[in-house]
Amino acid sequence: MQKKDSLEFEINHLLEAILYQYGYDFRHYARASLERRVLNRLHLADLQHVTELTSKILHDPEYFDLFLKDMSITVTEMFRDPSVFKAIRKSVCSRLRTYSRVNIWHAGCATGEEVYSMAIMLQEEDLLSRTQIYATDFNNHSLTIAKEGIYPAEKMQLFTENYQSAGGQASFADYYQAKYQFAKFKDSLKKHITFANHNLIKDQVFASMHLVMCRNVLIYFDQQLQNQVLGLFQESLVHRGYLVLGDKETLEFSAVDKSFESVDTNARIYRIKTDV
Amino acid sequence: MYSALVIGASAGGLKAITQILAQLPSSYPLPIAIVQHRLADHTQLLVELLNANTELTVVEPYSGQKLQPGFVYIAPGGYHLLIERTQQFSLSVDSPVCYAIPSIDVLFESAAVSYAQQLIGLVLTGANSDGSIGLQRIREYGGLCIVQDPDSAEEASMPKAALKLTKADHTLPLEKIADLLLQLASSGT
Ligand SMILES: C[S@@+](CC[C@H](N)C(=O)[O-])C[C@H]1O[C@@H](n2cnc3c(N)ncnc32)[C@H](O)[C@@H]1O
Repeated sequence: MQKKDSLEFEINHLLEAILYQYGYDFRHYARASLERRVLNRLHLADLQHVTELTSKILHDPEYFDLFLKDMSITVTEMFRDPSVFKAIRKSVCSRLRTYSRVNIWHAGCATGEEVYSMAIMLQEEDLLSRTQIYATDFNNHSLTIAKEGIYPAEKMQLFTENYQSAGGQASFADYYQAKYQFAKFKDSLKKHITFANHNLIKDQVFASMHLVMCRNVLIYFDQQLQNQVLGLFQESLVHRGYLVLGDKETLEFSAVDKSFESVDTNARIYRIKTDV
Repeated sequence: MYSALVIGASAGGLKAITQILAQLPSSYPLPIAIVQHRLADHTQLLVELLNANTELTVVEPYSGQKLQPGFVYIAPGGYHLLIERTQQFSLSVDSPVCYAIPSIDVLFESAAVSYAQQLIGLVLTGANSDGSIGLQRIREYGGLCIVQDPDSAEEASMPKAALKLTKADHTLPLEKIADLLLQLASSGT
């Protein structure tokens, strides 16, 4: 008898176990990359079948923690897609200036590079002093790194280039202190940032926002979950608030498409329409 | 019967891919997904260049897009391209694999799971070893493996690495590959 490929079944089973035990619902994550991560872990743990991993995760919270960590290993960088930051500078900052207090939410901030980029830009646009940035992720390991704001010095060359392409007006080195192999971003930036754990799948809106940045997170979700999370952003945004998505993400085909207008198609900048 | 073709190429790949695509008619029945290693921001250029030299339609896929015949899908720079079991594309910014994002292994491994015996995998010229694990996975799932003859490749290490890990069904010089692809696509149902 030919053996059926049971991988899909085993992964479903793993995700059900995680939901049951820990309340994290990964059932609507895009499957292919999730599967890759699970198989990597299997390999590293020297296990044969996903069911063995399921048993470990179900009974050992530390193993689940490892799984969570696996689920959010990503690459991110400062001023990733510099043209997007340039576009925000141009189309969004002037609008933000009309408010006396500004709230910004980075949802899925990972290790924080994007958040410090935003703080730097706001400082140069004379907006930082009136702004509160909320930077959230569901991964505590990433948040710890984000809070420290310390990155390998070898990355500073790339970050500096990005900063300049993004329309940076000062000397990038002024924003951090270099020490040994590391660069530590300044407290004057951190003062305006609150890092916190927030799970987009189950946690609620926590403040009203003028701008929500959620880049390269939705690509990991299926359409249903994307709609749910986009609904959360819509709820969180003030009248005429802004939403910025990642380069390969769009509101087209989504449930909230009608509630937003496109401000800059290439940069994926959207804004809540007047008539909703 | 085959339902999809995945191609991986690195150094020297642009020329090799162009040559193969030039020989496939617009009626070619298999959708084609390609990872070509390159610097991050040249996707648009690559798409235009390839489009100019083939009857097929070359595009950068968006996530959720279904694979369709007549189209060639080029993985965007800075993202991994994957194929879901539903035979739709998805994208990720997970860590580089073999220093590469997009990575050939990532595309091939997901495609193997999705298309199983209905998949053809092709590894072309390149100066690293990306694609070898992916090709192995395609073989495990019963797909067909083709590797460019290292002697005919501009850079031999990638095809060599693939051959070292997996016994290919066909090892051919570049100029014979398109003919085989045509033959495979039209052979029996
Ligand atoms: C690719 S990173 C994005 C980093 C940054 N925004 C960028 O574009 O460079 C994706 C992040 O989404 C986070 N994430 C995934 N699912 C999440 C969820 N359900 N709730 C909160 N964050 C989540 C991951 O932990 C990861 O840090």
